[in-house]
Amino acid sequence: MKKFANQVIFYSALLAIWAIIAKLHLWPPYLFPPPWGVGHALWDGFADHSFWIGIAVTMKRMLIGYSLSIVLGMILGLAVSSNKFLEQTLGGLLVSLQSLPSICWIPLAVLWFGLTEKAILFVVLMGSLLSVTIAMEDGRKQMPKIYGMAGRNLGATGFRLFWSVLLPASLPFIVNGMKQGWAFAWRSLIQAEMIFLSLGLGQLLMMGRDLSDMSQVLAVMILIIILGFLVDGLIFRTMERRLQEKYGLTPA
Amino acid sequence: MSTSPQNAYPAAVPPIPRPGVRANVFHGKPASSVTTFPSRVATEVVVPKVALDGISLSYKTTSGERLLALDNINLQVKPGEFLCIVGPSGCGKSTLLHLIAGLHQQTSGRILVDGKPVAGPGPDRILIFQELGLFPWLKVGGNVEFGLKMKNVSKAEREDRVEYYLRLVHLSKFKDSYIHQLSGGMRQRVALARALATEPDVLLMDEPFAALDAQTRDLLHDELERLWAETGRTIIFVTHNVREAVRLGDRVALLSFRPGRVKEEFSVDLPRPRHMEQTDVARTSRDILDCLRAEINKSLEVEYADEKVR
Repeated sequence: MKKFANQVIFYSALLAIWAIIAKLHLWPPYLFPPPWGVGHALWDGFADHSFWIGIAVTMKRMLIGYSLSIVLGMILGLAVSSNKFLEQTLGGLLVSLQSLPSICWIPLAVLWFGLTEKAILFVVLMGSLLSVTIAMEDGRKQMPKIYGMAGRNLGATGFRLFWSVLLPASLPFIVNGMKQGWAFAWRSLIQAEMIFLSLGLGQLLMMGRDLSDMSQVLAVMILIIILGFLVDGLIFRTMERRLQEKYGLTPA
Repeated sequence: MSTSPQNAYPAAVPPIPRPGVRANVFHGKPASSVTTFPSRVATEVVVPKVALDGISLSYKTTSGERLLALDNINLQVKPGEFLCIVGPSGCGKSTLLHLIAGLHQQTSGRILVDGKPVAGPGPDRILIFQELGLFPWLKVGGNVEFGLKMKNVSKAEREDRVEYYLRLVHLSKFKDSYIHQLSGGMRQRVALARALATEPDVLLMDEPFAALDAQTRDLLHDELERLWAETGRTIIFVTHNVREAVRLGDRVALLSFRPGRVKEEFSVDLPRPRHMEQTDVARTSRDILDCLRAEINKSLEVEYADEKVR
């Protein structure tokens, strides 16, 4: 509770300082809007549905691209972790590819797919695919061997062994990579949307710039922060904590 | 003084109705009956339930040399027999169980179950691991059900069997608990129920009670002895505790240290039910322990030698 109180004090102070500086009129309001101006822009954005549409479009792309990367990443990770040759070759390549910022895939995506939805999805996919793949590979290695043996001992083989034993057993070790993958995908998607100008939050941000509307720019930035925090901080962190507790990895 | 939950279950088990039961499951005894234990006088020649025929296992260590872990193991286990295997740590007794379970492959020799060679894991042999290997993502009921699902047992029958075996180990109330919510003794019983539920002919147990406090262990010994008598299963039980082996086994096989060989076999003809504290159990244990001591010393020498190198 103390923590919550501290946070309330901190954010109130931040808003107050912001309001005071804005009141001093050191810069014109279109460059340094007051908090209520940004609040107004947020209100207007939701009132004329443009923010709702932006959020819906962005989240839809996120879900499609991220789901694809999970499926592909699992297959790739599984292949790499179960084959010595692939591990030594493809595994190394994947790690080195991870040092490439995913925004670098945009020129390639545009040439291949044009300024289309497919190109955006491709960038999102490349943003998180590597993280998920590497997490899956690590998870298979870190997973206690006993689960696989227990599963085989009880008659599980092939796909069933993977689906009902190996996958759930490695879950607490992959969830961190999945979280990282989401964060990368989120960044690459916003970046791609800013360049492509095709609805979504990224475009709303650029639109604010084009209209010299700093209030809208800040409003959209706040939206992006809140959405990112909700998914990462609440969904993933809760999932991670629950898993660790359930699997006895932390004292419950 | 309050009793902890794992010790609070009733001493007497009510008879458990068991629908759709298989013929070889011993059940439906009158409520008041005392468990009768199979007599040891059966002398007719039978095909051994499990026969180990010249089992050897060697492997390459990280330093590249070949290590002989098991050397020419010959053992026969009769149907319904309770065999205990004792030996110092590192003698390969756990490995031997893994071989029988079909989880690893021996370098040479044959393992026969009902006269047929073992090729991989099978539902006729279920191993209870030392670390248990219960699935934390499943509830207690789900864990017990797992082997049945893999055997494609129908949903209705699965439910019956899960209920039956959870009652057998006194865990009915914990069907919907997760593993991390249970105490060590309760987890042990879940593992037992999970193994029994698939109704294997042979139960392989790898030091299952080593990590438990003495009181819980004693209770589980009684449970196991009762379950064994009631279900007629063949049990191969590995332990480093000689007294435990004498407490439970019809026969005790002593393995030597590196390479693992059957150094000696002792048959235990003490009347059942037995207790760890009985004087005749203690006396028999002493004989075996004398024989085992030399092997323990060997294993300690190797351990201390390792220490010096570091």
